[in-house]
Amino acid sequence: MADEFTAKLDVYLDGELPSIEMKAIDAHVRGCPPCAADVLSRVQMKRATQSAGKRYKPSPEFRQRIQQQIASRPRERMSRAWMTASAVLATLLIAGLVNTYIGREHMKQEEAFSEVADLHVAALASPNTVDVASSDRHTVKPWFQGKIPFTFNLPELQNTEFTLVGGRIAYLGQAPGAELIFQIRKHYVSVFIFQEHAAPELRSGSGVRKHVSFNYETWAEGGLRYIAISDTTGEDISKLAELLKIAAMS
Amino acid sequence: MEVAKDRLTAAAFEELAMPLFDQLYNFAHWLTKERSDAEDLVQETYAKALRGLASFQPGTNFRAWMYRILRNTFLTSRTGLKVASTVPLDADDAPEIPSSTGTPESIFIEKSQEHLLQTAIDELPLHFREVLLLCEVEEMSYQEIADALSIPIGTVMSRLSRARRALRELLQKKLGG
Repeated sequence: MADEFTAKLDVYLDGELPSIEMKAIDAHVRGCPPCAADVLSRVQMKRATQSAGKRYKPSPEFRQRIQQQIASRPRERMSRAWMTASAVLATLLIAGLVNTYIGREHMKQEEAFSEVADLHVAALASPNTVDVASSDRHTVKPWFQGKIPFTFNLPELQNTEFTLVGGRIAYLGQAPGAELIFQIRKHYVSVFIFQEHAAPELRSGSGVRKHVSFNYETWAEGGLRYIAISDTTGEDISKLAELLKIAAMS
Repeated sequence: MEVAKDRLTAAAFEELAMPLFDQLYNFAHWLTKERSDAEDLVQETYAKALRGLASFQPGTNFRAWMYRILRNTFLTSRTGLKVASTVPLDADDAPEIPSSTGTPESIFIEKSQEHLLQTAIDELPLHFREVLLLCEVEEMSYQEIADALSIPIGTVMSRLSRARRALRELLQKKLGG
């Protein structure tokens, strides 16, 4: 090891060498075990000195004395400090409560969408995917009469890529609702309709979202909550949602 | 810690100076070696700094300024004068010899040997002790150390190198190496 190089090692470890020299030493140390050992020893020494050097602590009384000595306007500053501290505490408290609330709401929403996804999968996996099998909306809609505590409109699907497969009763949070199954190409889309107050957790922002790889869109119309869910594209879901919204307003 | 305001107010001084309190006290205690002397030194440092706010140049390093006041105050104190008079005048002029480190095993300082290291630091001459503490404990850059001690950067580097060498030699002696 050249003396000149050894002399530079401490400067290198202090991070005070020009970057070009830092890189050169970096490269050298990686390939030179004796220098690597030397660097390690110096690093340990630096750390030990740092730790040993933090030896003395001032007493709280002394700190207070200095604080009083240099405080510009003790009373005013004290009250300002308290006001700042109170404001910070209040903000933290509110932020904590809001975070907890948001966290809890988010968890409830996640659970609700998981349940909806389960209902969709269960229907498709069932040997009887639908209780009323018909592509005719005038057959499917009346089938729900007396079975659910509300009614809804079905869209006209002529000249669209969608076909109505049928419908079945679904329960969410012990409240009955309608599950309508549509087909687009080889994909099935479940559209669930519940009374809005029966599914408060399903309130969500607009547009298509994702949950466990399913695309879904949810919206409210006329006191009813609609959820369209499928493994098809978000664009398909948006189109079907649009058709259902138009039908609901007619 | 650079202050870029036009003028440092007393309120701003408090906000900048109090966070340095613990480290200034630690450094003062290392210099004076006595609690009561360290407290006097820190108290005088704060008083002088507050009185001399106008002399602080905004845009320069506030921490280095505080350390410079503390050190100058120490050097003109009774203890400081006694210690400073023992510093060899040619301490920084001697040729620099690269420090040998021994094996990592012989230098490795266990936590239990921290007291040994503290004693060794304590035994270092003042001009070595202060430069070493500012670099290793306060993690100051060479420029900051130069500002705090009012010495050129080249002197910081050579003094630091000698301080480290002296510390290693003291330790090796203590460890029987």
